[in-house]
Amino acid sequence: MALPVPGQGTHPLGDRKRRVLISSTSSDSHTWNLVFLQILLEEMGHDVINIGACVPDEFLIAECRRTGPDMVVLSSVNGHGFLDGTRVISRLRREPDLAHLPVLIGGKLGTRGEGDSFGEQLMAAGFDAVFEDTKGIGAFREYLATAGRAVELEATA
Amino acid sequence: MTGGTELAVQGRFGTAVSAAARRGELVVQPRMGMPTVTEMQQGLRAVRQARATTVGTITLDSYTRVGDHSSARRALAAGSDLNGFPIVAHGADVTREMIAGVGDPGFAIQVRHGSPLPLGIVQALLDAGLDATEGGPVSYCLPYSRTPLKESVDAWARSCELLAERVPGAHLESFGGCMLGQLCPPSLLVAISLLEGIFFRQHGLSSVSLSYAQQTSFAQDMEAIAALRRLAGEFLTGTQWHVVLYTYMGVFPQTTGGALELLRSSAVLARVTGAERLIVKTPAEAHRIPTIADNVQALEEAARTAREVGDAASEVADSGLYAEARALVETVLDLGSDVGQGFLKAFSRGYLDVPYCLHADTAQRTRAYIDGEGRLQWLSAGFMPVRAVPPAGAARLSADGFLHMLSHVQRSFDTPELDSGSRTLPSRGVLSSSMG
Ligand code: B12
Repeated sequence: MALPVPGQGTHPLGDRKRRVLISSTSSDSHTWNLVFLQILLEEMGHDVINIGACVPDEFLIAECRRTGPDMVVLSSVNGHGFLDGTRVISRLRREPDLAHLPVLIGGKLGTRGEGDSFGEQLMAAGFDAVFEDTKGIGAFREYLATAGRAVELEATA
Repeated sequence: MTGGTELAVQGRFGTAVSAAARRGELVVQPRMGMPTVTEMQQGLRAVRQARATTVGTITLDSYTRVGDHSSARRALAAGSDLNGFPIVAHGADVTREMIAGVGDPGFAIQVRHGSPLPLGIVQALLDAGLDATEGGPVSYCLPYSRTPLKESVDAWARSCELLAERVPGAHLESFGGCMLGQLCPPSLLVAISLLEGIFFRQHGLSSVSLSYAQQTSFAQDMEAIAALRRLAGEFLTGTQWHVVLYTYMGVFPQTTGGALELLRSSAVLARVTGAERLIVKTPAEAHRIPTIADNVQALEEAARTAREVGDAASEVADSGLYAEARALVETVLDLGSDVGQGFLKAFSRGYLDVPYCLHADTAQRTRAYIDGEGRLQWLSAGFMPVRAVPPAGAARLSADGFLHMLSHVQRSFDTPELDSGSRTLPSRGVLSSSMG
C-alpha cells in the first residue's frame, strides 16, 4: 500500500459518517469487488453511492459533481487499473473543483500479480492512496479507521 | 430458422467439435489472449501442439470489449500490458497473417470477447477469416457493461445475421451458463443459455453451443447439465448444438494444488455429463493473466483426467432443476414469439433476475446462498417463477460473510493443500484478506 504524505491535502474519513462514491474504471466490468466495497463501507457507517461497471471518465467526473462525495473509491481488477487509473486521475485533477477531492484506487491493477507494483506511480499521478490486491484488505480498513487521526497527530506534533 | 430432418451445415469450429465427439474425445480449450501478434501466434501454436484435443482461442482485451480502440492502440504503441488481443486495433489483415503463421489452416479458433455491442468485433473476425465466436444479448451485456439491454439485443441480432450471412455454418456459443461467474443458481443459467441458443437460431445461425459453468456442487452440476441437454433436445431440433462446460468461473483457489484439483474435477464433470467441450482455468487464475505455459499445463492436465475417466455416464438425481429451468424458459417464450423481445420484457418485469447484478435493466430483487450440502439455492426469488428456500435464521450480509460465501469453492480446494503444507503461490488475495 502507498499511503498519503501527511498534510498533502488528503481528508480521510476518520470517525465521521461520510458519503463515498464507489466506481469501476472505464474498461473494467467486474462488479463483485464493487458490491464487496459497498457492504464494507456501509458496515462502517458511511453512505455509499455505487455507480457500477465500465464508467467512462466523463461520467465519473459528472457524478462527482452531481453527488458531491467526501471521498471517491475506484476499484479495478481486470489488469488495466494502472492504465485507466493514471488517465482518469489526471483528467480529474485538471478540473479545478475536483483537484483536491480525496480519491483512492485499489484492486488488481496490472496483469502480472506479484510482479506488479504501481503504488508510487499512481500516487504521483494524483491518487491519495493506493491499495494493491496482493497486500490484502486489512490496510484499507486501518486506513479508513485511523488515517484521519494519524494525519491530525502529525499535524499537531 | 433451420428446420426439417437434414442436419444443419457446420463450419470449421462446429465440425472440429463434432468430429472429436464421434471419436469419444473431450475437446479442451483455453481462455487465452495475448496483446502482441508474436505472443498470440506463439500461444495458438502451443495450444495446437499440446498433448490434448484442442481448439484455439483468441480472447480480446477490455478496451476492445468496450469499444475504446484508441486506448488499445495507445497501449500497443507504448508496449503496455493488455489483458487480451486487441483484434480491431491490430486490424483484419494483421490478424489474418498472425493466424496464417500458426501453420494449420484447419485449426479451429474461436474469438471470445464480452461485448454488448459486438458488430465491429464480428466484422473484424470475419474479415480475418475466422468463423466462431461467443456471446449473447443477455450474457454479454449484464456481466460486461452498463449498455442498455435493448441496445445489446438489437446489436446481437444484427451480429448473428451478419455471421450467418457471411459464413454458412458459423459457430456461436452462448455465455449464458456463466453470467456473473458465481452465486447464480443453475436453473437460471440453464434457462438463459438455452434461450440465447434459440435467439441465435431465430437470427439465422445453424451451429451453436450452450454453456454451463461449474458451480459449487458436483451433484447439482450434473443435474443442471442433464437438464440443459434435455431442453436443447426439445427446443433446438434441426440445429447443430453441443454443450460446453467452463471450469469454475468464480473466486479461484490460490494454491497450485487446489487450482489443479478444481480443474480436474471439472474435467470429470464434463466426462460424466457428456459435455463435448471444456474451457479450462489455470493455477494462475486467482493471481494474474496466465502465461502460454500455464495454459498448456491446464489443457494437458484436463485432457489427461478426461482420458482416465472415459465416458462413464452416471445416474442423475432429480431435485426439480429441469422443471425450474423449463418454467423460466416457458415464461420468456410466452411473452412473444421473438426471444429478444421476450428477454426485454422478462428482465424489466423481474421474471429473469440475476442475483447480485448491478446492471440497471434488472429488477435486482433476487439473492442466492450456498446450503449445507454445498448447493446453490434461492434466498429470495423476487418475481421469478421459482421457489426460494431460505435457510432458518438468515442474517444480514456482512462484508466478511459476503467474502466467505464468495470464497466457498476456493476454501474447499485450498484448505486440504494448506493443511498438508504443500506449495502455494506467494501472492495473497480474497482468502487471506478476508482474515485481515
Ligand atoms: C468472477 C470473475 C469474472 C466475472 C465477473 C462478473 C462481474 N460482473 O463481476 C466474469 C466471468 C464476467 C469475468 C470477466 C472478465 N475477467 Co474476470 N475474474 C473473475 C474472478 C474469477 C473472481 C473475481 C471476484 O469475484 N472476486 C471477488 C471480489 C470480492 O474480490 P476481488 O475482485 O478480487 O477484489 C478484492 C481485492 O482486489 C480488493 N479490492 C478490489 N478493488 C479494491 C479497491 C480498493 C480501494 C481496495 C482497498 C481494495 C480493493 O478487495 C477485494 C476483497 O479482497 C477473478 C479471478 C479470481 N480472483 O479468482 C477473475 C479476474 C479478475 N478476471 C480477469 C479478467 C482479465 C477478466 C476479463 C477481462 C476477461 C479476460 N481477458 O480474461 C473479463 C472482464 C471484461 C472487462 N471489460 O473488464 C483477470 C484479471 C487479471 C489481472 N488483473 O491480472 C482475473 C484475475 C482472472 C485471471 N487470472 O485472468 N471475470
